[in-house]
Amino acid sequence: MDWRRKHVLGLSDFRPEEIEFVVDTARSMEEVLTRDIKKVPALRGKTVVNLFFEPSTRTRTSFEIAGKRLSADVVNFSSSVSSQSKGETLLDTARNIEAMRPSILVIRHNASGAVQFLSRHLSCSIINAGDGSNEHPTQALLDLYTILKSKGKVAGLKIAIVGDILHSRVARSNLHCLGKLGATLWLCGPATLLPREMARTGATLTNDIREAVRDADVVIMLRIQLERQKSAYFPSIREYSLKYGLNKDIFALAKEDAVIMHPGPINRGVEISNDLADCSRSLILDQVNSGVAVRMALLYLLAGGAQ
Amino acid sequence: MMLIQGGRIIDPASGRDEVGHLVLKDGMVEGVLQGDPPAGFDGRIVDAGGKWVVPGLVDMHVHLRDPGYEWKEDIRTGTAAAAAGGFASVACMANTQPVNDSPEVTKYILEKARREGSADVFPVAAVSRGLEGKEMTDFAEVAEAGAVAFSDDGKYIANPLLMRRAMEYARPFGFPILVHSEDRDLTAGGAANEGWTAIRMGIPGAPGAAEEVAIARDILIARQTGGRLHLQHISTKMGVELLRMAKKAGLSVTGETAPHYFTLTDAALEGYDTNAKMNPPLRGEEDRMAILEGLRDGTIDAIASDHAPHDAFVKECEFAAAANGIIGLQTSLTLTLGLAEGGKIAPSRIVELLSAAPARILSLRGKGTLARGADADVAVIDPAAEWEFRAQDVRSKSKNSPFLGWKLRGRAVLTVCRGFVRHSTIEGVEADA
Amino acid sequence: MRKTGEKIILDGKGVERVLTRLTHEILEKNRGASDIVLVGVALGGVPLSEAIRRNIKMIEGVDVPAGFVDITLYRDDLGKSGYQTRLKRTEVPFSIDDKRVVLVDDVLYTGRTIRAAMDALMDLGRPKNIQLAVLIDRGHRELPIRADYVGRNVPTSRTEEVKVRVEGAPEDWKVVLNEGAPEKGE
Repeated sequence: MDWRRKHVLGLSDFRPEEIEFVVDTARSMEEVLTRDIKKVPALRGKTVVNLFFEPSTRTRTSFEIAGKRLSADVVNFSSSVSSQSKGETLLDTARNIEAMRPSILVIRHNASGAVQFLSRHLSCSIINAGDGSNEHPTQALLDLYTILKSKGKVAGLKIAIVGDILHSRVARSNLHCLGKLGATLWLCGPATLLPREMARTGATLTNDIREAVRDADVVIMLRIQLERQKSAYFPSIREYSLKYGLNKDIFALAKEDAVIMHPGPINRGVEISNDLADCSRSLILDQVNSGVAVRMALLYLLAGGAQ
Repeated sequence: MMLIQGGRIIDPASGRDEVGHLVLKDGMVEGVLQGDPPAGFDGRIVDAGGKWVVPGLVDMHVHLRDPGYEWKEDIRTGTAAAAAGGFASVACMANTQPVNDSPEVTKYILEKARREGSADVFPVAAVSRGLEGKEMTDFAEVAEAGAVAFSDDGKYIANPLLMRRAMEYARPFGFPILVHSEDRDLTAGGAANEGWTAIRMGIPGAPGAAEEVAIARDILIARQTGGRLHLQHISTKMGVELLRMAKKAGLSVTGETAPHYFTLTDAALEGYDTNAKMNPPLRGEEDRMAILEGLRDGTIDAIASDHAPHDAFVKECEFAAAANGIIGLQTSLTLTLGLAEGGKIAPSRIVELLSAAPARILSLRGKGTLARGADADVAVIDPAAEWEFRAQDVRSKSKNSPFLGWKLRGRAVLTVCRGFVRHSTIEGVEADA
Repeated sequence: MRKTGEKIILDGKGVERVLTRLTHEILEKNRGASDIVLVGVALGGVPLSEAIRRNIKMIEGVDVPAGFVDITLYRDDLGKSGYQTRLKRTEVPFSIDDKRVVLVDDVLYTGRTIRAAMDALMDLGRPKNIQLAVLIDRGHRELPIRADYVGRNVPTSRTEEVKVRVEGAPEDWKVVLNEGAPEKGE
């Protein structure tokens, strides 16, 4: 196949062969990252704008490095401190940026569907860097890439995702991505953060982290937003960490060669114990490394300029 | 003088459903003639063969945005949309700027409607001053100025004591309190029905229970006070069930729903379509079926559009930030006519839901019936007309409808209000200036 | 694409003979195999580079390092097609610093591929020199580039297409000329 997609808005409508295409392209990009001169001229003359309406360091930096490795001009535009606070609408802000003629807009916004909405009104390519609780497709693709590097396959693996499923765009994109490739998915969290309707994704739901982790090949821990406690989703951080945090004893239930992942930034001692975060089975830093290769792949693919 | 001849005259208020000739005179219904059309009639003659001739429709729940938000809609354009949809009467909600909580605003609306309106306008005034949910509006004074009911629509009266006082105080005047049922602590910022669609799309959910808890509370307060309660835009299965229980218990409680709640489900949100965003939100299929059953068995008394015009500016944005509501005056009738297909709901019941019932709930004298002496308000409906709802057909200033582009069946071909033709697509029958 | 008028320029035996001659020329010009590394241009140059590596081993008894580069990320027409093709691999698992790099490709045409391949090589290190070996030179250069070793000069028109089929066993390899193929970049 050839790549003809103009945007990457989410993985819900990706076909498995498209996911595989991205992974394959990322492998070529990873080779570039092993060189002394970690730069290729593929996107020379193209401009990538990181349009972030939500604070982010790692995702934005990852896209920035990915763009620069491909010789694109990368510009960062953070709007939380800029025009949105002056009452400019999202569409106006985005149209202003687009008037500067970027090739690709990388957008993060705190409203679900905001990126899809902008794609209907703008003519440049768009990559969703996270929209509300909806999707975070590049995170899911880098998670997949990391799992493939470690396990060689996804089909048939038991993958547990633990934490605030309700609000997690990482969980949703991973459900699409890993689900399409045949993983056996388990979702775990307190009942207030794990809607029963989620069973319709085909995943198995449990409120018992032991059940989720038992015999798992991969355990993906999600960041718990500490402010959720104020909305009374759970009684206290302490109780959350006791009931839904990953520690050595619980992780011992997983397969012998199981790995731990986390989209970061981690709350040490809350969703994951300190020692586990740094142990040899933690792939947290591998994920960050994969992120640059995967994002390079997507930038390259979208620069094909599908009309 | 006007003669509307040869149509199927459906007037549920007088139990009439037969072919005949309707005569209007001096702004009132003169009567119905049978047999051959009267020869040498001195006045306008409209041939209604094959069509339904029904009382001018009554929409008991619209937002005309006038005064204060005239760029969204005003009384002239809102009533023009009403007439185009077969409506001769509309009751407009109080969330204007300034809020209609005073005789002055009520009079302003009535005066402007009299001068510029294509339909009769009945103001609904606010229950609480400024819609702030704190102190009661001067009910009697505002009612004397012309308000027909009271409602804080758009806002739930969160304080149960204020609700109790309002219902009790209003009781001797005989007008109903219309309520927007929504426990905001339970809605908790939800922007779509809490269900699979919202969860999948990552939209914060508003649970059906937020509506049902509020309905249950107000039914209990109605029971306690003996006041008249009317539930606006019922959207959930348990909401219908609670209304059914209240009626069985003999309480003075009525309820309405809107066409979108029996036409669409939250599946319409696909693609984050902000024209499918309203409050209460579109619910699931089980709720939709329960609404249909409530309409069929008489639990739900009336259909009202909740016509809520919004400019593109507040709809062309991310879903969470988009304004709630859709326009509905021009699609309410046609979507309701869809219920007659397959014999689900009888034509006379459809007409009742859109005319006699809302007129009865709001005690609108001379409205919602074709009895002799009633206002000469008539809608002629072609139930078989096939048409497409296009943006250029919208008479409102705003075009926020999820039904644009829909192929529809059945529409009003003539609307008469107090003897004046306010809308006509019949050849040779011109609208009055 | 018309398949009529397909003309065989080289058959398996012919390709083998040409590659043998090219190997000798390379060895002669460089006075042996020392410091030589072979880099095939993916995909078409890769089996040819491998064949030359085998030839050098037979003639000199020396294993010269061989790798390949994907020039896609160095193309000057990226994004012009409206879609993106699958990336190939770059695998040069040895240093090219101070080496004599022999770049191997199947067909030399406009020269743009070779320009890209040289840029790719420069990103991998600082070779002593770069030499170019091609199986077919069909003319129509758009850049000032010439090959050091040419298997066969084939005068063509721009509407013709030269196909080097180097899949499978070397005896099945062949070079064909298609007449009237739509004009296409290298």
